[in-house]
Amino acid sequence: MSDELRELYQELILDHNKKPRNRRVMADATADADGYNPLCGDKIHVFVKVEGGRIADVSFDGIGCAISTASASLMTTSLKGKTLAEAREIFERFHEMVTGEPGAPVDGEALGKLAVFQGVCEFPVRVKCATLAWHTLKAAIDRSQDRVTTE
Amino acid sequence: MHRTLARPAFDVETVRKDFPILQGHVWCKPLVYLDNAATSQKPRAVLEAVDRYYREHNSNVHRGVHWLSGAATKDYEGARDKVRAWLNAAGREEIVFTRGTTESINLVARSFLRPRLKPGDEVLVTEMEHHSNIVPWQIVCGEAGAKLSVVPIDDRGELLFDEKLLTPRTRLFAFVHASNALGTLNPAKDLVRAARARGIPTLVDGAQAVPHMRVDVRDLGCDFYAFSGHKLFGPTGIGVLYGRKELLDAMPPYQGGGEMIRRVTFEKTTWNDIPYKFEAGTPDIAGAVGLGAALDYLGALDAEALHDHEATLLARATEALSAVRGLRILGTARRKVSLVTFDLEGVHPHDIGQILDQEGVAVRTGHHCAQPVMDRFGVPATARASFAFYNTLAEVDALVAALGKVRELFA
Repeated sequence: MSDELRELYQELILDHNKKPRNRRVMADATADADGYNPLCGDKIHVFVKVEGGRIADVSFDGIGCAISTASASLMTTSLKGKTLAEAREIFERFHEMVTGEPGAPVDGEALGKLAVFQGVCEFPVRVKCATLAWHTLKAAIDRSQDRVTTE
Repeated sequence: MHRTLARPAFDVETVRKDFPILQGHVWCKPLVYLDNAATSQKPRAVLEAVDRYYREHNSNVHRGVHWLSGAATKDYEGARDKVRAWLNAAGREEIVFTRGTTESINLVARSFLRPRLKPGDEVLVTEMEHHSNIVPWQIVCGEAGAKLSVVPIDDRGELLFDEKLLTPRTRLFAFVHASNALGTLNPAKDLVRAARARGIPTLVDGAQAVPHMRVDVRDLGCDFYAFSGHKLFGPTGIGVLYGRKELLDAMPPYQGGGEMIRRVTFEKTTWNDIPYKFEAGTPDIAGAVGLGAALDYLGALDAEALHDHEATLLARATEALSAVRGLRILGTARRKVSLVTFDLEGVHPHDIGQILDQEGVAVRTGHHCAQPVMDRFGVPATARASFAFYNTLAEVDALVAALGKVRELFA
């Protein structure tokens, strides 16, 4: 197996794909949104509960490839307790990383475990997979009830 | 050349040498191209014909007095003759060049069906259609207040055709000859006969059939037959609509412009004869030339041997893939063209495609522009390996080995 592929499908990603964290419907969400990637048919629904400007809880439901499922799962574990401004900031760093140059320095402090997705930048078609959950969360936070697509 | 000369036996390794791209590598692995249903590779004969056209004959067709224009016209119209012969159409005027299957179908929807469609009318399609044999009908039905009705399919991916679906309100029966998503080869002749018995016109989407078999439109008896050059080892951008002369004659033009007119004044325009009435603007001359070269190339091969070789590929792939743990084949019709659609338990098709790609194996993943088929089988997407006569048994084995790597990673 190639190094690039190992870099993409890291153990942590495979683990979160197999056992996604926070994959559940949230009854008391304060916002939610639908996301859809028409390229591969991935559908996701993201729920978020915002209390006092902070993300008290975040979860997702849906089906997707390993990259999109793991990304949704790791997103939920990374954002609990963060303020909305912090969440937006993390998404920006994340987006920069997966669309950046291979081997570019990663802001490990801001991204933490999310740095595991750096390998995505080697595979431009997978950027949509890695960012679907994030775009959907952003739509939920922005209180947009529109369906989000990655197109 | 005399027809009586014995043709050499089909040898896949010899044939592969005719396709420059098949000698290439992807990610440092030899390319195993199994996405032929999306588009086929082109033999050197096609590449050279296109190149030669641009180098030696490039000019506009049908309108120049100069030598080059005559040469280009001869090339272009020569390609039309080749397509006529290939399909065994009655006349060359029944062959309309389009951009591809999709445009051929849109042409029929707009120029043939739309003027005949009244509120409450029906267009019959099947559950296994490609989006391009659904959406054009849906658009004109929407305009006219007509509706689509659908022939359902069973769990094997075979049509559950019932003649009752052909009603007195059915204005057209449009169906796919071979399914791009399931591989099912439909009994086109029987379906056409059932429709004709009720005076219902038929359109057959042949995009996935022509690369695998010889099609005789007069034997089929259909009114329209559509296919794309690029799936038939020709260039992209060129396609064919076969239409019966009486119907084409009676149809209004599809687009307005040059070539499709006989005389234009600001008060009135009279249409050109068929097929030119449907070929507004400068056509894809090089594309037609390339398609003609593809037909010449195929014609020189032994059709029966190609068919047998593809049947062997399909049988081997079906058997070997069935043995992969957790793999399920979708589309197990008794008559199929050589493609296998599958999913793998616990692994999304997108991940399958990515890992196979790293092994040099190109397959298609996604909904294959046939979302109703995906819905029918309750899957968001699948992976599909589709074969051409230039694929080898070793490539089937490479696919299976690469799927082993997928299993390994997602164990």
